[in-house]
Amino acid sequence: MAKDLTQELKFRDPAKARALAEAMQRNLDAIGREVSVMHVCGSHEQAIARFGLRAVLPKQLKLIMGPGCPVCVTDGPEVDEAVALAGQGVHLCTYGDMLRLPGTSRSLADAQADGGKVHVVYSIDQAVELARQHPAEEVVFFASGFETTAVATAAAALAQPPKNFSILSVHKYVPAAMDLVAESKQTKIEGFIAAGHAAIITGWGIFEPFAKKTNTPVVVAGFEPLDVLAAIVKLTDLIRERKAEVFNAYPRCVTKEGSQPAQKVLWRVFEARTGKWRGIADVPRGNLDLRPEFAALDARQRFRIDTAPVRDEAASGLERDCICGTIMMGLASPHDCTIFGKACVPESPVGACMVSSEGTCRIWHTYGGAPDLRGVGLPAT
Amino acid sequence: MEKVVQKIGLKHGSGGRAMRQLIEEVFLELASPVDGIGLAALDDGAALRIGDQWLVVTTDSHVVHPIFFPGGDIGRISVSGTVNDLAMMGATEPMGLTCAVILEDGFRRADLERIRDSMKAAALEAGAPFVTGDTKVVGRGEVDGIFINTTGVALTRRVVTDAGLRPGDLLIVTGHIGDHGMAIMSKRHDLGLQGDLRSDVAPINGLIRAALAAGGEDVVAMKDPTRGGVAGSLHEMAAKGKVGVLIDEQAVPVRDQVRAASDMLGIDPLLVANEGKAVIGVRAASAGKVLAALRAHPLGRDAAIFARALAERPGSVILDTGLGKRLLAEPEGELLPRIC
Repeated sequence: MAKDLTQELKFRDPAKARALAEAMQRNLDAIGREVSVMHVCGSHEQAIARFGLRAVLPKQLKLIMGPGCPVCVTDGPEVDEAVALAGQGVHLCTYGDMLRLPGTSRSLADAQADGGKVHVVYSIDQAVELARQHPAEEVVFFASGFETTAVATAAAALAQPPKNFSILSVHKYVPAAMDLVAESKQTKIEGFIAAGHAAIITGWGIFEPFAKKTNTPVVVAGFEPLDVLAAIVKLTDLIRERKAEVFNAYPRCVTKEGSQPAQKVLWRVFEARTGKWRGIADVPRGNLDLRPEFAALDARQRFRIDTAPVRDEAASGLERDCICGTIMMGLASPHDCTIFGKACVPESPVGACMVSSEGTCRIWHTYGGAPDLRGVGLPAT
Repeated sequence: MEKVVQKIGLKHGSGGRAMRQLIEEVFLELASPVDGIGLAALDDGAALRIGDQWLVVTTDSHVVHPIFFPGGDIGRISVSGTVNDLAMMGATEPMGLTCAVILEDGFRRADLERIRDSMKAAALEAGAPFVTGDTKVVGRGEVDGIFINTTGVALTRRVVTDAGLRPGDLLIVTGHIGDHGMAIMSKRHDLGLQGDLRSDVAPINGLIRAALAAGGEDVVAMKDPTRGGVAGSLHEMAAKGKVGVLIDEQAVPVRDQVRAASDMLGIDPLLVANEGKAVIGVRAASAGKVLAALRAHPLGRDAAIFARALAERPGSVILDTGLGKRLLAEPEGELLPRIC
């Protein structure tokens, strides 16, 4: 533990943070106008919010969280499928964050309260184990997450799981989200911070065509506060120099090629298809679906999922007020939402972004939002 | 817009925003004007004027689970909690304590005697005599083992409230934070960490007496950070004093094992309950003296100045992480029910 702690403190040095903040300020002064950059990862937002990093950013720099929460973008009708399956008597296993995610009218927590066999697991292996223990019963893993967790799902699919085991995939693909934001006419994002853990698998090279096509620089970043600050400095360097390049600011973990074996496993099992992301739009190549040759493992092929009894497209009053989609596109912040922290709180979330620990609203609620604290407590000058 | 809650939930006993709201909505109606500090002040206790002195009264029910935990038990908490609430009002010489016990049918007499011994020892440490009590037994399942209520009374010439902070005041915490809550949490969830984690439960009236002797009138606000932790205490002090409070996170004393457990559970030590600590607001000029007096006491060796009061952002608590700043949200729901 002592070693971990030392390692951790290396990336939490206030003096280094100050130097990075000054470098950022110099860049913004040189650029001479307001600049917006986006990260697309809940873990980045957690580090930014937990350590209050926005309070050291230059005033002219807007740091926005984009669609970086796979739970949040899982669409209502997708949740309906899981709720319906739980109602059809299967064992439905999923990650804890998914339990309270609302479908069009009900969540898996509701299904559980009604006697559905819903299990929270920490990994797909626990679901596979459950299937082995109950060979006469059907076990479905409701598989959520970006390509990081999708690799784990794919590996389990290839490891000859028992015949009574299947997968309901709602895996999402990060690079598709970046395309979506970069191509949106409404957003003016001048640079992206890419998620380091996903890039461990995909490699940073995957962002090169993106940077070229959208004329936007990308910096791959780790998750310690200094990782994030250093990445922003580099991103503002690239913006100042008008270079639409990819920079790897997380070289201790990420390579250009990424993990070839992991990619092989991922694409052998999954293919990227267009799918609806909650509150956003149809996202080309946004969903990771099981390939046809894995039909036997695909819960959508294996069961006739009847979502009609659990579906209700008419949103309630509160849901109409929810602006999660606009927040995830980077067009609004939780402070622009009329129900944030009032009718919508972690104990009774209205929108998906308040459900997941990776959602912008949940993170802001936990860490006090993002008020401008730059000058607070400093001697008056 | 916020829903009116029709049923009581565990969060309404958590020492956070939900509990305060419930008290304000339901119990404040019982408040009537008094000569001194009454229910309406929602302080640690009441202070009633008697001649040129104040009679401080406080009461506390103890429901901690498990009843025996590393570093203490329900008996030690029942004395410490009440003695400390008196001390937080400036009354460090308890005149008397009451002891009202509710027992479950079938409770072991040996456990009861063990708890009694622990109460006796803690009362001796505090110099607080038990003066009366009450005993009830209810059926199985109607109470979980044992609940203890204690009430304390004490006289003081000067009352310290939790509303006295002014911009520029410094805040001292009397030692490592989070020990009690983490010890209970780790015991209850069987985290396998409890070897090193011990509750800090202790009567600290002697420690507070030393602080008051050193700082006198310059000790302007006190609060024991039990449920809701240091964050909860600071929120109350900031709101009532109409000041902002800026915490220097790196100056907050936290034991390594508590930090490790916090990281593992994803819980900020600032939100975790303490049972033998105080947060003390002091005029800046006297902060050094008070700190030295605290550190000279065995229960205050790790005391530290960790925050200051600001004119900016009244009612807010701001955390300077060393890398940036953010608001520290007021604790809300139940972090852990039955912590004390």
